[in-house]
Amino acid sequence: MSAVIEGHHDDHHHGPAKGITRWLYTTNHKDIGSLYLWFSFIMLFIGGAMAMVIRAELFEPGSQIVSPEFYNQMVTNHGLIMVFGVIMPAFVGLANWLIPMQIGAPDMALPRLNNLSFWILPAAFGVLLATFFMEGGAPNFGWTFYAPLSTEYAPPTVTYFIFAVHIMGASSIMGSINVITTILNMRAPGMTLMKMPLFVWSWLITAYLLIAVMPVLAGAVTMMLMDIHFGTSFFKAGGGGDPVLFQHIFWFFGHPEVYIMILPAFGIVSHIIETFSRKPIFGYDSMVYAIASIALLSFVVWAHHMFTVGMPIAGELFFMYSTMLIAIPTGVKVFNWLSTMFKGSLTFETPMLFAIAFVALFTIGGLSGLMLAIAPADFQYHDTYFVVAHFHYVLVPGALFSIIAAVYYWLPKWTGYMYDEFMGKTHFWLSFVSVNLTFFPMHFVGLAGMPRRIPDYAMQFADYNMIVSVGAFLFGLSQLLFLYVVLKAIFYGKKATGQVWEGAQGLEWTLDSPPAYHTFETPPNLEAGEAKG
Amino acid sequence: MYLKKFILCLTALFLSPLSFSAWDDINMTPGVNAIAQEIFGLHMTIFWICVVIGALVLGFMVFLIIKYRKKEGVEPADFDDNPKLELTWTILFAVILVGMAIPATTTMIKAYDDEEGDINILITGHQWKWQYEYMEDEVSFFSNLLTSLDARNNIAPKTENYLLEVDEPLVIPVNKRVRFLITANDVIHSWWVPDFAVKQDAIPGFINTAWTYVDEPGVYRGQCTELCGVYHGYMPIVVKAVSDSEYKDFIQGKRDLKAQQALLTEKLWETDELFAIGEEVYLKNCVACHQVNGAGIPPVFPALAGSEIVMNDKGRQVEILMEGVQGAAMQSYAEQLTEVEIAAVITYTRKAWGNDAGGDGEIVVPKEILDYKNNKL
Ligand code: HEM
Ligand SMILES: [Cu+2]
Repeated sequence: MSAVIEGHHDDHHHGPAKGITRWLYTTNHKDIGSLYLWFSFIMLFIGGAMAMVIRAELFEPGSQIVSPEFYNQMVTNHGLIMVFGVIMPAFVGLANWLIPMQIGAPDMALPRLNNLSFWILPAAFGVLLATFFMEGGAPNFGWTFYAPLSTEYAPPTVTYFIFAVHIMGASSIMGSINVITTILNMRAPGMTLMKMPLFVWSWLITAYLLIAVMPVLAGAVTMMLMDIHFGTSFFKAGGGGDPVLFQHIFWFFGHPEVYIMILPAFGIVSHIIETFSRKPIFGYDSMVYAIASIALLSFVVWAHHMFTVGMPIAGELFFMYSTMLIAIPTGVKVFNWLSTMFKGSLTFETPMLFAIAFVALFTIGGLSGLMLAIAPADFQYHDTYFVVAHFHYVLVPGALFSIIAAVYYWLPKWTGYMYDEFMGKTHFWLSFVSVNLTFFPMHFVGLAGMPRRIPDYAMQFADYNMIVSVGAFLFGLSQLLFLYVVLKAIFYGKKATGQVWEGAQGLEWTLDSPPAYHTFETPPNLEAGEAKG
Repeated sequence: MYLKKFILCLTALFLSPLSFSAWDDINMTPGVNAIAQEIFGLHMTIFWICVVIGALVLGFMVFLIIKYRKKEGVEPADFDDNPKLELTWTILFAVILVGMAIPATTTMIKAYDDEEGDINILITGHQWKWQYEYMEDEVSFFSNLLTSLDARNNIAPKTENYLLEVDEPLVIPVNKRVRFLITANDVIHSWWVPDFAVKQDAIPGFINTAWTYVDEPGVYRGQCTELCGVYHGYMPIVVKAVSDSEYKDFIQGKRDLKAQQALLTEKLWETDELFAIGEEVYLKNCVACHQVNGAGIPPVFPALAGSEIVMNDKGRQVEILMEGVQGAAMQSYAEQLTEVEIAAVITYTRKAWGNDAGGDGEIVVPKEILDYKNNKL
């Protein structure tokens, strides 16, 4: 008995293990956070390379560099990788690094589970990417994998795809259990729920969304598996099944999923804007309620992706109204951010630039979302580039910019080194210009009638597609600059102070930069002071 | 050369809102019937509402960025909420939304009107072509992409309607209520003609309905809008709206053709004649998978050249063409091709690529296909 306790005690004071085992066996939230973030960064370049193939193919009308079959594989895997391999793992990485430091906890509540939830991810994506080298090629049915294209008519590798999705789902569920347990049990004394930093709040709600919908996704792919290999007919019209059922199940997962990819961004941006406005966040309570109501509403809007499947009119109207409602809490958030800046003392370091761009461009994405919500108009918009423009505005200058902003904001804290401000700003301006050059014209080709997911297009769309492609190449290149800035900071950066940013509030800024391997082994006591922020 | 074009396009992009003709090219089509025009109006309304909100928000942001940048000696304020203000803008949002929901609802109700049509047309999506069946007249045909492979591969020049042209357009009369019954044979497709504001998913096992009422004769083009496999980008829709008398002629022509086909199956056939028809049919329907040289793309699309079934098992080959192959891309051609065409294409595959040397070399005549059909009944 006493031996165990002593062993445990020793553990506490040594640093990380040496070599590769540090990363394989680590149960440290900071190490696991870094693993998630690097994984996501690598996947960003893989998924990004696929986007470059897509844009090269669409540079001009006519067949350019790949076959229609390979084009479909690119579209599918680009979507899957960006959603499940980039945005989601990056947010989990940020959660790992930040939640314990922001709530004054020594680590995540379930450190071994934490290790497992990370390490099964590379396995899942290994399986997915391996399908490129298998007979029949990689999945080619779109990231939304509608049956029966993904069942009766799928390449044989669909089974590996199902397996990969199952693993990703398991990873997300374990990660969310960990987040919820940590937040609910390990807050420093005095940090009541309504004093939690907004990033923590946004992740608490995101984690509940994940736990609610990931099993639904798992159910959908399991039903596919049964249809493909075990003779059931869930989605097979020929056997009395229902292909539309698939879409209902998928989007019951899928719509909350899109909010899973944006809620943590809301938290991040709130922190950055208050720091660089040197002013507390405006309307903390309404921010929390807005996130919660967006999350709740996200469960009852799913069929806005299905306005053209032939729903009865009552269904169309219900989903139209419920979707429009989401615009209210979303608008509240945007106005709160603006009010935080109002009468502040603003400076524009790289994280703030990305955060401001987030608010501006996310607003554009939200407004196009509102247009898409209008069901009769959606008859014309649906499955065109207008939709592609919408979701890229919310996901690239939305979710991705928030992640980039977070990296610039907290990198000095994590590594102890400052990044190069000039290079950071260069990265920002290149990204900002090219992201708009890429996605803004897509609205118009969409309205003019260009369907999405086609490898070649009619002549009237040619000019705009060329602009889009040039923008996309530029955006892709700009992200190499991001990698350079991060590496330069880590290897050659100037030492950062503990406070890092003049206006930063919150527990993580009370720690050294970089923080010790184990932090807050004795929780800070907040009974007296305030920790909001 | 690209650079010049690029700069030109870029200028166009930023100037386009100013010049009206360019604006039309990049906006939704106003459409050619009442409901499409109403949806267009709705689109423009919500578009301008969003533009105004967007401009206000972004404008206010620019103001904040300029006005409140950090200055020496100016302390930031420290207020952190204002419940009255927050309530005000929440209510404001709700009001704007209600303002948008009202016209949206009325338009929706009109679009969903589901009365019988004067003419009912069953539209079936197939990988990768559309089938149109005039229910009242028992006339049915397939509509395939016309654009040549050479144009797609940049060998031949691209014409104005590149990828938007078909061999046989759907023909409808003007000033009649035309109802579409939309379904699919394999995977989900979606039938979209922007000028009619009709976009309706074609789903196996379901029949969706949509309708149109066109008053301008003309040619209207659209595309499949649901990812349906490899050639999703290559199954356009062309609708020709014509006067009533032209429409009647068209239907009569189709019925005559059908009668002729029936006669053809009774005729005595020469091998060369069948081979020639068969080659044409093959190039139109089969090359996508089995390739021009019959080599296929194994393992997904098997080779026909040197295939045991093609060379020596006539019965099985007929069966495959008539029934399709479960779980593979190979579909049934019983409905899509005439008896003559099926017999001809089988004959062609048994004679081409040296298959006649390797196999029994027998041909198949249309009567055999007809018998197969009749036996099944
Ligand atoms: C005001 C908020 C929003 C509204 C009203 C809204 C509305 C919609 C609607 C109606 C569609 C379906 C369009 C169609 O397929 O015809 C759609 C698609 C989509 N939205 Fe949003 N949206 C909003 C915000 C977001 C956010 C925050 C995200 C993600 C971060 C997002 C991601 C997506 C994605 C990924 C799709 C397309 C999925 C696909 O078909 O592949 N949206 N949105
Ligand atoms: Cu949605």
